[in-house]
Amino acid sequence: MTQLSSTAETATDSAREALVARLTEVLGDAVVGSYIKPGLDVWVRVRTDAWRAAGHAVRSHLGMDYFDFLSMIDWLPSPFGKGEDDPTEPPPERSTEVVQGYTGGDTRFQMLARVMSSSSHLGITLKADVPDEPFAVDSWIPVYAGANWHEREAHEMFGVSFVDHPDLRNLYLPTGFEGHPLRKDFPLLARMVKPWPGIVDVEPIPAEFDQDAAEEPAEEAST
Amino acid sequence: MTLMSDRNQLAYIAAQAADSRVNVEIETEGMTLNIGPQHPATHGTLRIVARLDGEQVVWAEPVCGYMHRGYEKLTEVRSFPQVTTLINRIDWLGSFANEVPFILAAEQLMEVEAPPRAQYIRTILFELSRISNIALFLGDMAAQLGAVTPVFYAFRDREYVLNLIEGATGGRFHPNFDRIGGLKDDLPAGWIDETKAVMKKMRNFCDEMETLLVGNEIFQHRTRGIGIIPAAVALQYGLSGANLRASGVDWDLRRDQPSPMAWNKADWKVWTHPDGDSFARYWVRLQETRESTRIVDQLLDSLPAGSVMAKVPRIIKVPEGEAWVSTENPLGEMGYYVVSKGDTGPFRVKIRSASFNNVSISSWVLRGVYVPDVITILSSLYFILGDIDR
Repeated sequence: MTQLSSTAETATDSAREALVARLTEVLGDAVVGSYIKPGLDVWVRVRTDAWRAAGHAVRSHLGMDYFDFLSMIDWLPSPFGKGEDDPTEPPPERSTEVVQGYTGGDTRFQMLARVMSSSSHLGITLKADVPDEPFAVDSWIPVYAGANWHEREAHEMFGVSFVDHPDLRNLYLPTGFEGHPLRKDFPLLARMVKPWPGIVDVEPIPAEFDQDAAEEPAEEAST
Repeated sequence: MTLMSDRNQLAYIAAQAADSRVNVEIETEGMTLNIGPQHPATHGTLRIVARLDGEQVVWAEPVCGYMHRGYEKLTEVRSFPQVTTLINRIDWLGSFANEVPFILAAEQLMEVEAPPRAQYIRTILFELSRISNIALFLGDMAAQLGAVTPVFYAFRDREYVLNLIEGATGGRFHPNFDRIGGLKDDLPAGWIDETKAVMKKMRNFCDEMETLLVGNEIFQHRTRGIGIIPAAVALQYGLSGANLRASGVDWDLRRDQPSPMAWNKADWKVWTHPDGDSFARYWVRLQETRESTRIVDQLLDSLPAGSVMAKVPRIIKVPEGEAWVSTENPLGEMGYYVVSKGDTGPFRVKIRSASFNNVSISSWVLRGVYVPDVITILSSLYFILGDIDR
């Protein structure tokens, strides 16, 4: 950020460029995209079949010995919006166009993982497309043992399976839970069964209260 | 070779024979022990299933999810300023510290920076929540070992810090005080002097704990050499915070990562311990609390004047982009991966909470320990259930 002097910023940026260059050297054409946000962070997208190879590469060639987290992103815009629609009206038209973030991509779901180096204190965020068929990637447990719980969480929340994972039981959800809650097309039931009172006035305000409301400055919904 | 009299030798052999008989007897019958979900050592509702061979744990697995609230899903239907209300409840003992990384991530995407005074006050409140959080740990760990006095001291002295947090923010546990672009309010009158007095009390508290526990023979026997986590394993599992520093890794995000906060304006030290056992984790946290009081004192002395709020639009819309911001929270590294699509609310928030990684190592570290040590080790790893289950 702005606290960094510009020289320090360019130094870390060139260090990040070197990370990407080294990774490309090791993985070859499995690196399909990279993005450096000046002074802040670096993103690299790898091919799906190279997901575990990328883990090995960042660990042994880039010195990223610290496992931060592993998760997934569903890029489909939510068909339910924020659950603030009037239940008596027909649902509004919403875009179904899947637009990926940094480093692009071709699939609705993407893997997301972050690792860091305990010596240089630099981190790298890795992404990979996950195709619908087969909806699976290689497990990272042979690379980072700590990926175990993160993969179990991603499995129950998104439905992705991890090849070679020894124990893909639910971590949070009850056994036998149907659906994958963090998918965008999984409705947030609390918002579906009852209109959200913070936004929608469910009942018309009685006249005597309405006058009071008109005198007070309008409250912002966001505070 | 040790020299023994005949009589002693005979007694020794008899004792050994008795030991091995007991061991053989116990080896024949395995047993599964269920610890929790309502055990006082679990700080909430965590269940541990342990398979025992005699007194020894041969396999153990934590079972979580009793308190999962689905914050990652809930953030998707909230606007950016509303999210802080939710994430306050992740690590409920250090609530203000939970708000900071999320607000920093939103500010990073909006390219807004809080004014210097707000950065200082943020850092001060951040350290106060660390002190109140860790103070409870310092007493609570002793309670898990059977010592009752320290936990009363901890609750007594933590109250002073909570009063300070309440004085500044209005909330003891859930301040909800951090805003995109700064803070809700400036500090109240007289707060600075009071804080300095409390920091002195907290240093006394640390001294008390050190005299009561660190030198205590029973405490040392119960914690030294128990639950050793080597640095390489700790890093692989993503252990962070004091747990990692107790394994000898000299890494503190407050010092080693540029962030628009005021930690680099104070002179303080990052403590590490080479042992990686339960004792080391306790000791590192004790030293950290002292350092936090030093940070607060120094920042109060050099508090800059000015506004506590930058200019931000009335309706906050965060530009499209992705940001990862993490800070060194009381429990370890806490970070938010925020994806925005240019809307008033986030598109996706991945919450990386420290306790999740810190507890995931427990099935590794509990293998081969004795049953009473299970409690010591879990207590020394120090997790908050809300921080695991989110």
